[in-house]
Formats: sequence, C-alpha cells, structure tokens
Amino acid sequence: MTVNRNIKIAAVVAFLAIVFVAVPAAISSSGRFDLYYTLTSVALLSIASAGVWLTFYIGRINIGQGAYALMGGYVSAILVMNHGWSFWLTLPVAGLFCAAASVLIGLPILRLRGVYFAMVTLVLTEVARLLALALPITNGAKGIVSIPLPGALSIFGLTIIPDFATLQNSRLAFYLLAVTLMVVCFAVMYRLVNSRIGKLCQSLQQNEELASSIGVNIAWLRVIAYAVSSFFGGVSGAIFAAISQSIYPSSFTVTDSVNFMLNCFLGGLGYVFGPMLGTLVLYFGWDLLFQTGQFQLLIYSGLMIVLMLVLPNGLLSLAETTRKKG
Amino acid sequence: MEQVIANGLYLGAQYALIALGLTLIFALMNVLNFAHGQMYVLGGFITYTVYGQLGLPFVVALLASGVTLAVIGALMEKFLFRTVIRRSHREESTMLLAAATAFFFDAVILLLFGEKQRGVPKIVKGVFNDAGIIMPYDRIVVGALAIVFIAAFVLYMQYSRVGRAMRALAQDRVAAQLMGVRVDRYSMIGFAMGAMLAGVVGGLLVTITGVNSGIGGPISIKAFLMVMIGGAGVVGGAIAGGFILGMMESVGLTVLREYGDVTYLVIFAALMVFLSVRPNGLMGKPWG
Repeated sequence: MTVNRNIKIAAVVAFLAIVFVAVPAAISSSGRFDLYYTLTSVALLSIASAGVWLTFYIGRINIGQGAYALMGGYVSAILVMNHGWSFWLTLPVAGLFCAAASVLIGLPILRLRGVYFAMVTLVLTEVARLLALALPITNGAKGIVSIPLPGALSIFGLTIIPDFATLQNSRLAFYLLAVTLMVVCFAVMYRLVNSRIGKLCQSLQQNEELASSIGVNIAWLRVIAYAVSSFFGGVSGAIFAAISQSIYPSSFTVTDSVNFMLNCFLGGLGYVFGPMLGTLVLYFGWDLLFQTGQFQLLIYSGLMIVLMLVLPNGLLSLAETTRKKG
Repeated sequence: MEQVIANGLYLGAQYALIALGLTLIFALMNVLNFAHGQMYVLGGFITYTVYGQLGLPFVVALLASGVTLAVIGALMEKFLFRTVIRRSHREESTMLLAAATAFFFDAVILLLFGEKQRGVPKIVKGVFNDAGIIMPYDRIVVGALAIVFIAAFVLYMQYSRVGRAMRALAQDRVAAQLMGVRVDRYSMIGFAMGAMLAGVVGGLLVTITGVNSGIGGPISIKAFLMVMIGGAGVVGGAIAGGFILGMMESVGLTVLREYGDVTYLVIFAALMVFLSVRPNGLMGKPWG
C-alpha cells in the first residue's frame, strides 16, 4: 500500500514539475511561444471535458457542455464589459451561474436516459447558440469584442496576480492560470470519484433502480454531478472568452460539444485522467495534421475510427492490459 | 393557412423518411447514428452526379443513391460497429465511432464533391395553383414519392420475413437469437436499410433544395429531434415525429416571422418541456 502511495505521490510531483517548470523552460529555450496558446487551450478544454466525464460517470452521455461553456463565457464577458467587474470575480460567478442554470435544466432532463439524454443535451447546445443570437444582452451575431485582459488581483494590498495587460508575456500568464485550474479541477475530480459520493455515482452508472431501492438519493446525486460538470464548463468558457478577448454565439457549437465528449471517450471513460489525455492527443493530433492540408479531416477521422477499433475502451486501457499481462 | 398545411405535409413526408432510417438503426443496434445526415448528403451527391452530370434518368439516379448507401451501411455495420460493440466495455462507445464516421464522411464528401451548393434540373416542370395553394409540381411528386416509400417500408416491416425478424430483434435481441433469428445478418440488413433510406431522401431532395457538403450535421440534428418527439426505436413514432416537426417548422416560419429567426428556438424549448413531461416521446418504450 505504502509503495503504491509513494508511486502516486511521485507521479503527481513529476506531473506538476513538468507542467509548471519543464514546459515553460522548454518553450522559452526553443522559442516556440505559440505552443503556450495550444497548451492553454488543451488545459481549458480538458477542464470542460472533465465535466463531461463526470456526467459519464453517473451514466449519462452529455453532449451539452458547449452550452455551458458559451454561457460561462457570456456571463463573464457581460459582467466585465457592462458592469465593470474584475475578471477574477466573474470567474467563479460564471461557474456558479452555469451550475445554477444546470440545476434548473437538469431537474427535468436528468430523468431522461441513454440516447434521449444525449440528444436533449445536443439540442441544448443549439438552444444556447440560438439564444445568444436572439437575446439583446448578448449583442447577437456581432458578439462581445475587445474584452479587456484580466486585471490585477490583490488581497489586503498584496498583489497576488499582476495585471495581465502590463505583463510582457501574457501568454505565459494565461498558460499558468489554465494549468493551475486544470490541476485543481482534476484534483477535485480525483477526490470526488474516490469519495463516498464517487462510489454512489458509480452505482448510478450501473443500475439506478437498484441504487435507489437501497436508499441512494439518485435525483439529488444526479443534479449535483451535473452541476459540478456545468461549473467546469462555465469556468473554462469564461477563461476562453478572456484569452480571445471576444465571445460570439459560434464560439462554442455542437462540434465543440461533440469534441468534449470525444475527448472523454478517447482517454477512456473508466479513468479520471482520461479526459486530460484525450484532449491532449486529439488537440495535438488535429494540429499536427494541419500540414496535410485538405486531407486533415480525412486522416484525423480515419485515425479515430482505427483507434476505436483497436482500443474501444480508451487510451488509458492500454496501461491496464499491459499490467495484466505482465 | 392551406398553404402552410400543404408545406408542412410536404416537409413532414421528407422528414419522416429521414427519421425512419435513423430509428431503424437505433432500434436494432442501440446505435445513435451521428452520420445519418452525412449519408443523406452523400445520397444527394450521388443523384446529382448520375442525374445532373451524367444525364441518366432520375429513377436510375435514385436507385444508385439507395444501393450505394445500402452497401456502405452494410459494410459499416459488419466491420466497424459490430467489432466495437463486441470489444467495448460500455455501449456508449459506439457514439465515438458514429461521430468519427460522421467526420469521415464529411471529409470524403468535401474531397469528392467540393464545397459548392449543387442542384439538378427539375424533374417535373410547372406549378400547381388552385384552392389557395401554390406548390410546384416537382414538390408534389417528391412528397408523394416519399409517402409511397414510407408506406412500402411500413408494409415491408409488417409483413415480410425480414421485417418480422427485425422487429423481433428490436423487441428483444437475446430472445430473437434463441428463437433462431440470425442476429448478425439482420443487424446488417437493418443498418443497410437505414442507410439506404437516408440516401434515397437525399436523392429525392436534391431535386428541390439542392445539396452542399455542410448540411449533414444540421440534418442529423433534425433527425434526432424527430426521433425524440416520436420516441426512439419506434417506426410509428418516427413517422409521427417527422410530420409534427415538418408542421411546426411550416407553421412557425409563418407565425413567428415578425419576431425574427426564432422558430427553432421555440421548437427546441417546446421539445425540452415536452420531454420532461414525457421522457420517452410520444410512443417510445420505457427504455433507451
């Protein structure tokens, strides 16, 4: 047990060292500063995907994360632009707003299962886009543009985070922000999954009626899991809006929602860190294939089909089979 | 008002035919075929090539669309979906496969046919104009053909040996297998038929709305809507869902015109409320 524990701690330390020290060092020595943006996107997308993963964990196929990412982005953008809030304050507010909205939406639709839930959440993404087009506060198809960069954050006169606009390298700052949030997010996920609630969620995934008959409050658990999931979506959407300094109704569409789901599948539905790996592989795979020009989508989707045939339980299932054999 | 209803019926017949294919595949395999809209587009482009480019009769083109898609569907079932369903721990994994095939078709269509909007010459000229209804003859022909296909499909499912086997499969896979139904074979036939229906509708509609490589996704979403309204995996539900959506679209576009482009927003919102009251759609079974 202790050996196992030590290995885990070592893995976490190694991971933190890589993302916080090794990657920035490697980037600054190689001069590939564009990689910051890519990696920031991966970190943020994996936060949203982690949310989707959590809904998979209670046995629901969620293709609606794009709706909450869009909502989070708009909440943050509107609060910053129209009400002059600090970005740092809007970040949790955007998450909580999405969580609250997801409770209202989730109470009726979480009764649905399987494909029905999948299709309703898919529709939800479209609803969010159409709402963003139709509502006056979201400024229609023109979107909200030239959102200022996040300002300084100080508590009791002590500056914790400097003003992003004054920084020489705001890309690095965004990278650190995104990665920090990603680490926190996955720590929360890990803790959640390995807690009592996590076990209860797993019981939902297997048999809701049985769980309910033993006394598990399934309605409450479902809503909680969905709210946490949407919170992640909202936070990642809000940071995306801040990075690109703009948000449009087409910022997050059905394709994004589907991609969030694919990230989870690719990493493996049975593994907490699946979404992180899945996002990294899919995003970088897409980027690398850019050189193939018009065949990009063909190769990308072809590889995805092959991967699905070879490893239908996700990339992380590879580690499991080798361990079993060895 | 008559005009609105006529438009709704015409749209509904098309939609019902699209939804039938999707619901058939779902009923047999429990697979939500994300690539359904792409299959429709592919069927449209095949008809465009055979009828519009090569100048062969429309019937031949329609046949070509149907047969090609049926073959593609059968191959997809045999080599992709069957394998993944067998190897995967969780049934949902087929969704990744379905989404990947949708992307794949999108890429193939884009490479083969380009991104331009394509249309073909009208199959019948002239416009019907009587009793307050204005409708081009080709729309009437296409609508009627769609209804004929729907009727043929329903009769086939009801009375033929293959249809009976597929219905048994949809009801209870294991029981059907125990009764000696060759599950693998009929799954493949079902998938092929579903794909064929998508191809045929694509071929029919290319004569009216034309086709372009980008409409696959939106068509899939519409097909999902219809299936949800009617209830997934039920033939009657798909037909009802198709006509209801067609009617709502037609009425919505007229009534809500002054509020801007909000028809689909209203339809989506209504659907979510409806589903929270009736989670299995109009006729769906309590699973899914």
